[in-house]
Amino acid sequence: MFDLMWLLIAVPLVSALVLLVWGKQADPFGHLIATAASTLSFIGGVVLFAQLLGRDENERSATTSLFTWIESGPFHVEMSFTFDALSGLFVLLITGVGTLIHIYSIGYMEHDERRRRFFAYLNLFVASMLTLVLAADYLVLFLGWEGVGLASYLLIGFWQHKHSAAAAAKKAFVVNRVGDVGMALAIMLMFAQFGTSSMEAVSGAMGSASGGVATALGLLLLLGACGKSAQVPLQSWLLDAMEGPTPVSALIHAATMVTAGVYLVVRSSAIFDASEAARTAVIVVGLVTLLVGAYIGCAKDDIKKALAGSTMSQIGYMMLAAGLGPAGYAFAIFHLITHGFFKANMFLGAGSVMHGMDDDVNMRHYGGLRKAMPYTFVTFAFGYLAIIGFPGFSGFFSKDKIIEAAFGHNVWIGLGALLGAGVTAFYMTRLMMMTFITDKRWKEDVHPHESPKVMTVPLIVLAALSLLGGALALGGWIGDWLAPIVGEAHHEELPIPAIAITLSILAVVVIGVLAGIFLYGSRPVAAETPADSSVSAFTRAGRRDLYGDAINDGVVVQPVRYVTRSLVFLDARAVDGFVTGLADRLGEVSQALRAPQTGFVRSYALSMFGGALVLTIALLAVTLA
Amino acid sequence: MTEYLTLSLILFSIGAVGVLVRRNAIVVFMCIELMLNATNLAFVSFSRQHGNLDGQVAAFFVMVVAAAEVVVGLAIIVSIYRTRRTTSVDEASLLKS
Repeated sequence: MFDLMWLLIAVPLVSALVLLVWGKQADPFGHLIATAASTLSFIGGVVLFAQLLGRDENERSATTSLFTWIESGPFHVEMSFTFDALSGLFVLLITGVGTLIHIYSIGYMEHDERRRRFFAYLNLFVASMLTLVLAADYLVLFLGWEGVGLASYLLIGFWQHKHSAAAAAKKAFVVNRVGDVGMALAIMLMFAQFGTSSMEAVSGAMGSASGGVATALGLLLLLGACGKSAQVPLQSWLLDAMEGPTPVSALIHAATMVTAGVYLVVRSSAIFDASEAARTAVIVVGLVTLLVGAYIGCAKDDIKKALAGSTMSQIGYMMLAAGLGPAGYAFAIFHLITHGFFKANMFLGAGSVMHGMDDDVNMRHYGGLRKAMPYTFVTFAFGYLAIIGFPGFSGFFSKDKIIEAAFGHNVWIGLGALLGAGVTAFYMTRLMMMTFITDKRWKEDVHPHESPKVMTVPLIVLAALSLLGGALALGGWIGDWLAPIVGEAHHEELPIPAIAITLSILAVVVIGVLAGIFLYGSRPVAAETPADSSVSAFTRAGRRDLYGDAINDGVVVQPVRYVTRSLVFLDARAVDGFVTGLADRLGEVSQALRAPQTGFVRSYALSMFGGALVLTIALLAVTLA
Repeated sequence: MTEYLTLSLILFSIGAVGVLVRRNAIVVFMCIELMLNATNLAFVSFSRQHGNLDGQVAAFFVMVVAAAEVVVGLAIIVSIYRTRRTTSVDEASLLKS
């Protein structure tokens, strides 16, 4: 049965190709094919996962090899896939949330004349993402890694007639390339050191590898993960990526693709276990990103960008957990899954709001939408309660576990994560207030309306999952389930009792919520975004993404531009100068030689005569001497 | 013997100066013939002096070449005259740089 796991990838891939090649004739039913393909993958994933559940703990892994991909001297790569506890969870998340978003997109993209192409790209994404998580070899993983990058690029720039969308797609692609360099170098290093890039072999070889190799591998993989997961310092593309259609933001830039970096770190747990330094780097990156993302989320008036800042922040939590080692791997994956549910839910909710508000994304133009869009409001509220960690909702369990583990590692890291939880509560409350609660601020010619059923049903399903996702942690199930892959989580001694941590998280969250209500719920919200000059320096910094673009520009773009310019200068002056100078000198000599060519026969005759005379005299001189 | 060579030298010099200073193509042409004949005279003289026939054979070659040259050269001059109504060699200077 597990031999057929390649079908999970093949079905959406074939569907994508068919939709792209078939052409306009497939327009009326293309979205149905794509949705069916995604659903089939989901059903297949459920069947395989159920089989996995039925097995003994030590046999919960199946590897199948399709064919030998590369055979060159000692370099041998099998096109092989593994379905185990970790990739099984991901398959369910990707195909499950993916299918819901396919269904939602049928409604959301209804009036777009390029809907078939959109669905083809979505299927391409699902196929690539499944390749990424099922890969049993780092090179196969890299294939999926690049595939999701391509799909992300195509979908961010889907409305390519908008200049900003085209630019955002390019930016995402370029920034991701930086991370990919890290991935590629890591794979090369694996081959140079171990002679293979197979995950199993690399994990096995880590025991005997030197600490330097482990650290180098860890840092290179972290660079790759930073690019894909929009972590500092490669975070700048994610906010711009919101130019894509909202279902894309939900599927790729919230629920699945951006979490690939976390998956990579957890999947490479053997490498990170072997290097304390690499783990510390992961923790630092995660902690910085979770605070930066939360900060940015507080300052944005664009509902999607506020959510994007929140995504960065939540992935920062996952990274932080993954960096904690065996104590955090399972919680990273747990938070990843619950975040996949509630963030997809909120993004789709934001899409539903935009759908009713004529694609206006500025929250200052919303207000009071709870009456106009009851379903969207209630489902969004479920996502909201989950992300701030309201007791009982999925986010409560997953975030609580991460902060607890962070405290177990280091008090300061724990406090940073705790602060992040408070800020999360604040900006999500702000978003909630501005969009749904406060008095209406939309203009007379806008008529907000509830979205069609095809959009609200996925919202309801995701809202239910946001509530119930926490069940995965009942009795520590997720930790036991992942133990064969990431190792048993040994509980570290907490400096303060766990219940005290939970209570302090709740206290911080309550403070954040109250601050949000006080600042945005209890007094009128300006109907237009205040000008930059009238807001504090802190808000300005947040609006400018904490000057992320300016830093990139100053640290990378400008220096590279200077180097390029000086190289161009060198080329123009030194290389071209030499060549054209040679040609110029030759030209001048030729000009000088032109002068005697008068065209007068007699002057030619004179020079011939003179020449003959000189020759004769020379001959005579030689003969007589 | 010396007289012949002196005469040859004088004839050659007259021809050379004529080529260099005269403008009329016909006269220039005649001067070239004069130079050729001066060399012929030198050839024949040296042939006589050395007592072999090499110089005389060379003189015959020069005559044949000169005859061929006259044919081509006169034809060119005639065609230039037809188009330009002049035989001045300074007028035909279109090939100047």
